[in-house]
Amino acid sequence: MSAPTLERPAPDETALQRQFDATIAADHRIEPRDWMPEGYRRTLIRQVAQHAHSEIVGMQPEGDWLLAAPSLRRKSVLLAKVQDEAGHGLYLYSAAETLGADRADLTDKLIEGKQKYSSIFNYPTLTYADVGVIGWLVDGAAICNQVPLCRSSYGPYARAMIRVCKEESFHQRQGYELLMTMMRGTPEQRAMVQDAVDRWWWPSLMMFGPPDDASPNSAQSMAWGIKRHTNDELRQRYVDMSVPQAQALGVTLPDPDLTWDEASGHWRTGPIDWDEFTRVISGSGPMNAVRIARRRAARDDNAWVTEAATAYAEKHGA
Amino acid sequence: MHEETVYEALANAQDDGHWAFGTGFDEPLAGVDTTVPDGVDPTDLGAYCLMLGDDALVLAQRLTQWMTNAPELEEEVAIGNVALDLLGQARLLLARAGSVGVLGRSRELATDSVPDEDALAYFRAPGEFRNTALVAAENGDFARTMVRLLAAATVRLAVLARLRDSRDPVLAAIAAKGVKEVAYHRDHAARWVLRLGDGTGESHRRAQDGVDAVWPLLADLSTATDVETRLAAAGVAVDPADVLDEVRGVLTQVLDQATLRVPEWPPAAAPRGRVGEHGPELAELLGTLQGLARQHPAATW
Repeated sequence: MSAPTLERPAPDETALQRQFDATIAADHRIEPRDWMPEGYRRTLIRQVAQHAHSEIVGMQPEGDWLLAAPSLRRKSVLLAKVQDEAGHGLYLYSAAETLGADRADLTDKLIEGKQKYSSIFNYPTLTYADVGVIGWLVDGAAICNQVPLCRSSYGPYARAMIRVCKEESFHQRQGYELLMTMMRGTPEQRAMVQDAVDRWWWPSLMMFGPPDDASPNSAQSMAWGIKRHTNDELRQRYVDMSVPQAQALGVTLPDPDLTWDEASGHWRTGPIDWDEFTRVISGSGPMNAVRIARRRAARDDNAWVTEAATAYAEKHGA
Repeated sequence: MHEETVYEALANAQDDGHWAFGTGFDEPLAGVDTTVPDGVDPTDLGAYCLMLGDDALVLAQRLTQWMTNAPELEEEVAIGNVALDLLGQARLLLARAGSVGVLGRSRELATDSVPDEDALAYFRAPGEFRNTALVAAENGDFARTMVRLLAAATVRLAVLARLRDSRDPVLAAIAAKGVKEVAYHRDHAARWVLRLGDGTGESHRRAQDGVDAVWPLLADLSTATDVETRLAAAGVAVDPADVLDEVRGVLTQVLDQATLRVPEWPPAAAPRGRVGEHGPELAELLGTLQGLARQHPAATW
């Protein structure tokens, strides 16, 4: 930490700050070699890393069904999806590296619990319907969150998000298509779908983060153009889109208070259990320990592989 | 990019063209001439398709065990690619076996709504599988996994390269596509064997242990079954003995360059995996692969 007396910007820094502010005001992009305030850099690294971690940890809940997928076509679709998530993690870690972060260091922070990932991935996948519901609801919520980020003020992040969103939209359709197929199947399959919707609906609403009046970082992130809409705005958009999709699918969303508000033209949900959100995000969710243990094992058990690749590259000048 | 339209388009669109994998089940051999060539016993042809298809399916399942556990994210992507290629080959080959009526006893359990490829993958007993021991063996560590992939891809590439000229048009088409894929698999594995063999002391030891564990499994590839002999004579299949020199040459070259000791080639033995003789590791692998589909035999997925 630098001493308080050093924090006043030097004169040339004032000019840089003005230029940065003008770029943001004009809705242009900040690029890696542009000057940026430390707070902006720090906030972006945190957000992009958290997003990258979410992609990588997010491979696990569905990955648990890869070996048991009930048809070869479903196995191919799921494998391609989990592979896409690894790819998303790679783009996003690369975007974080353009800000001066280091992938290995970010991975260590994930494993040590110093950086978070989306709490949705701390719930277990109990049946194959969960694969479909994750595609429909979890990826659907992720798209609602991420499409505005395609206009994020930081260029590399915005460009990564365009590609990520295109692939996520495939995943969402695949998930919904699996659920439609299962709803046309046996009574057991229909029951599986309803059960999965019952378990994932509320956690998916929590993916948008705490309500606006309890979201400490939102205002600054919106001023910087890192974020484009508030948590509650995005959540409302997601609810309005998901309710008709649930009706078309023939499932009931587990919220007795869900009502159509004619005046505003929005669906209104009952109260969200924010205590559960706090419990899960602070590490007490059903699968937190399992998710992190797997990342730790992938790093530690295979460290010798990375060491070998490095040693080989040094020997052979590759 | 206009954010509202992106989401709404995918939420409302009914047009199948935008779905990555389509919304219905496409017959994998649709549009391909599936006539069995003159003088070829369809039962032999189907049995041979099962051999190649089961090799691909079982190896894809083994590789998939690495997903979410791989040493690097880049390797998650690469292993996912290899497994997806092999799954694609397996689907075509199993569908071909089904199209010539070779379904074993799978139809006793699978309902009519289950396509042939899934009936064969999910509803056969271990003793009906025709893969070799090389692909069924446990992964072991990353070094052994890559040594096994190198060996399996080298054999498969040599076979597929010859099958491009098969008198069976379906096998020839599958081989023409597969050669490009498996050439990449072999290259990817060979690069890892080089890095590990010539990397650190620990990686060298692990790579050598992997080689020593994998080499005896090559015995299961040395002798043709009667089916392969008959089909090779008819210009449809490849006699595995005909590719052995090429396989040994490639593997020896990679191991030499990786500073690894090349074990003695295992003596030729009667085929085991190709006639349905497998160890418990295959039953365990199939238990996981087949469990859910078998719990719901009347379901459609």
